[in-house]
Amino acid sequence: MPPRRIWLSIVFAVGFALSAWADEPAPAAGANPADLKKILKSTADHGKFKELEGPFASGPDVTKRCLECHTEAAKQVHRTKHWTWEFLNPESKQRLGKKNVINNFCISVPSNYGFCVTCHVGYGWKDANFDFTSETNVDCLVCHDTTGSYKKIPGRAGHPAYEEMEVPPGSGKKIKPVDLVKVAQNIGKTSRDTCGACHFFGGGGDGIKHGDMDSSLAAPDKALDVHMDATGNDFSCGTCHQTSAHDVPGSRYQPTAADRDGAHIRGKADKTNPATCQSCHGATPHKEEARLDSHARKIACQTCHIPSIARGGVPTKTSWDWSTAGQKGPDGKPLIKKDAKGHVIYDAKKGDFTLAENLVPEYMWFNGKVNYTLLGDKVSKSDGITRINWFEGSADDANSLIWPVKVFRGSQPYDPVNQTLVTPHTAGDDDTSYWKNFGWEKAIATGMASVGAPFSGKVDFVKTEMVWPVTHMVAPKDKSVRCIECHQQDGRLQHVGGIYIPGRDHVRLIDLIGFALAGLTLLGVLGHGALRYLSHRK
Amino acid sequence: MQRIYIFKRFERFWHWAQALLVIFMLASGFEIHGLYKLFGFKHAVQYHTVAAWSLIGLWVFAIFWHFTTGEWKHYVPTLDKLDAVIKYYLTGIFRDAPHPFRVTRLQKHNPLQRLAYLKVKLLINPLIWITGVLLLFYADWPAWGIGRLQLGTVAVLHTIGAFLMLIFLIVHVYFVTTGHTPLAQIKAMITGWDEVEDEQPAAAK
Repeated sequence: MPPRRIWLSIVFAVGFALSAWADEPAPAAGANPADLKKILKSTADHGKFKELEGPFASGPDVTKRCLECHTEAAKQVHRTKHWTWEFLNPESKQRLGKKNVINNFCISVPSNYGFCVTCHVGYGWKDANFDFTSETNVDCLVCHDTTGSYKKIPGRAGHPAYEEMEVPPGSGKKIKPVDLVKVAQNIGKTSRDTCGACHFFGGGGDGIKHGDMDSSLAAPDKALDVHMDATGNDFSCGTCHQTSAHDVPGSRYQPTAADRDGAHIRGKADKTNPATCQSCHGATPHKEEARLDSHARKIACQTCHIPSIARGGVPTKTSWDWSTAGQKGPDGKPLIKKDAKGHVIYDAKKGDFTLAENLVPEYMWFNGKVNYTLLGDKVSKSDGITRINWFEGSADDANSLIWPVKVFRGSQPYDPVNQTLVTPHTAGDDDTSYWKNFGWEKAIATGMASVGAPFSGKVDFVKTEMVWPVTHMVAPKDKSVRCIECHQQDGRLQHVGGIYIPGRDHVRLIDLIGFALAGLTLLGVLGHGALRYLSHRK
Repeated sequence: MQRIYIFKRFERFWHWAQALLVIFMLASGFEIHGLYKLFGFKHAVQYHTVAAWSLIGLWVFAIFWHFTTGEWKHYVPTLDKLDAVIKYYLTGIFRDAPHPFRVTRLQKHNPLQRLAYLKVKLLINPLIWITGVLLLFYADWPAWGIGRLQLGTVAVLHTIGAFLMLIFLIVHVYFVTTGHTPLAQIKAMITGWDEVEDEQPAAAK
């Protein structure tokens, strides 16, 4: 740019900025920008409520205060999976939910309540006798904290630290008590941080379980998540998981695999899942390439728009072999092995792990129906791999789309005599917990007794697989999966059957015959030409 | 030798545009089929689609032209002299025998050509077109009431059409060289003027 033009641009830019500033409405009397932000955010400043001045002895004490105004809030929460950890699948009639399912990560909740319920939206669930009708035991703060200082402590049945304590005991790591007054007075909407406090850390640590959710989504850049981009769209989880009456939609127990209903419109009574891509983008979102809209009739948005998971620098676990747990190091202490980057790949408490970053998902037909192998269902080693859960779907099914999934593979204890999966008692400072005593028989006996399930006393290990739908970490469109990545042999969709994919699929015989005939034709005309040439030369 | 004007301006444009489009579509089509990398899959599909619509547009004009000018009559099959023409290409051509068929403005294609071009027009082209258009709109099949049609079947038929076209192209390009000089026929298709033997060769020479 010539210097004259640069100067002109600067003059215009400054002038424009000044005029914009002049147009700004005069701030309300006495309101500085910080106050104004607060005023516009909510009609109530919880910091001004006498009820929240404290002191509070415990979480439930705060909840009591919350319920004085929000009289129906606890009743709303009571109706949700976040509270009950139970979900009755209306189609398969399977009783699911965290309380009931068995997975191939930490395996199962029963007999481990004190630890697992660190992610329960309540207080005091330490055993099977928890009172699910208690309103004061609803934990409002864990979802509505805005200070980042409220943390539920493992082993305390869902309570945070009320006094200074060592966590885990004997580790020397001191945890300061939470300032409940400060947390209560700064209450606000849910955020990536509050949801993430549990959902980023599923499976016992950052990014372990999902792969498409980990702490890197607390403040992602655009490349990691085009919607949650902290300096751009800045979506919270609730922007998509649009919640009413505390019941957060978008559960993977009964997901919406194919949303054919199109975009939700204000004022229209939409009963469908608001967390699908289509609920905002509609069913035909591709402006430039109509062909991509045709693709969307058979392919989930996520398949092309989430090229890989665990993209934010946090690896996700890809396999977990419980059968190797229990090894001791040369020092006689439970062994821990780490990879070059410092990630644990063997832990005596848990066995061997494999981890991956930038993991390319696997793909399968999915119609939203998920089945589980539950406690009591027959499991046998001769079946090969036991499917912890499996997705229904096929190319012929109009409600099926090709979905990206994370398949988590493992090996976990089962009862070879009764032929069932088992619920080991893993966590706890007692005589039978596996993580303290390293004895499977005792741990499983305790766990199975806690749910009244039979246990033969014999332990063996079965190979297992669990499928997780991939739906987060949506990349910007220029980073989406390229055509050729599926339209080739050995491409991303190489194992997806029942459909013809140009570039991937050939009828070998047709190609062979086609080229053979073309080749013979070419030889024929060349021979004919050669004969002509030779006969004319004579 | 006598010069006659047998390929009119539109006909020549149609021929060469079609030739380019067909060759281009073979190249991009076999890339889409996964045989090699040339334009990249995405571009191959885009270009193939644009070329397809261009060819369809060209054909709409060509069909109109054939029927309004009566040129369609050049493709009516005939058995007259067919065996002689076949025999010429099998033996006579090597002995410098005269071609049994004489090009005139009323009969510009020999009986073998008539059959070959008719096969292209009535078999290969419709096969490629119908399957190709179906492939372009595969997502709409259920709405069209043909949802039971299998994508793989249509794609295989399209591929068979492509191979037939490839074979036609090879033969066609070769036969171009069989005029009284190797370049005579291509020259005719460029300029429109063909040189044909006089009715009484001795007198003309």
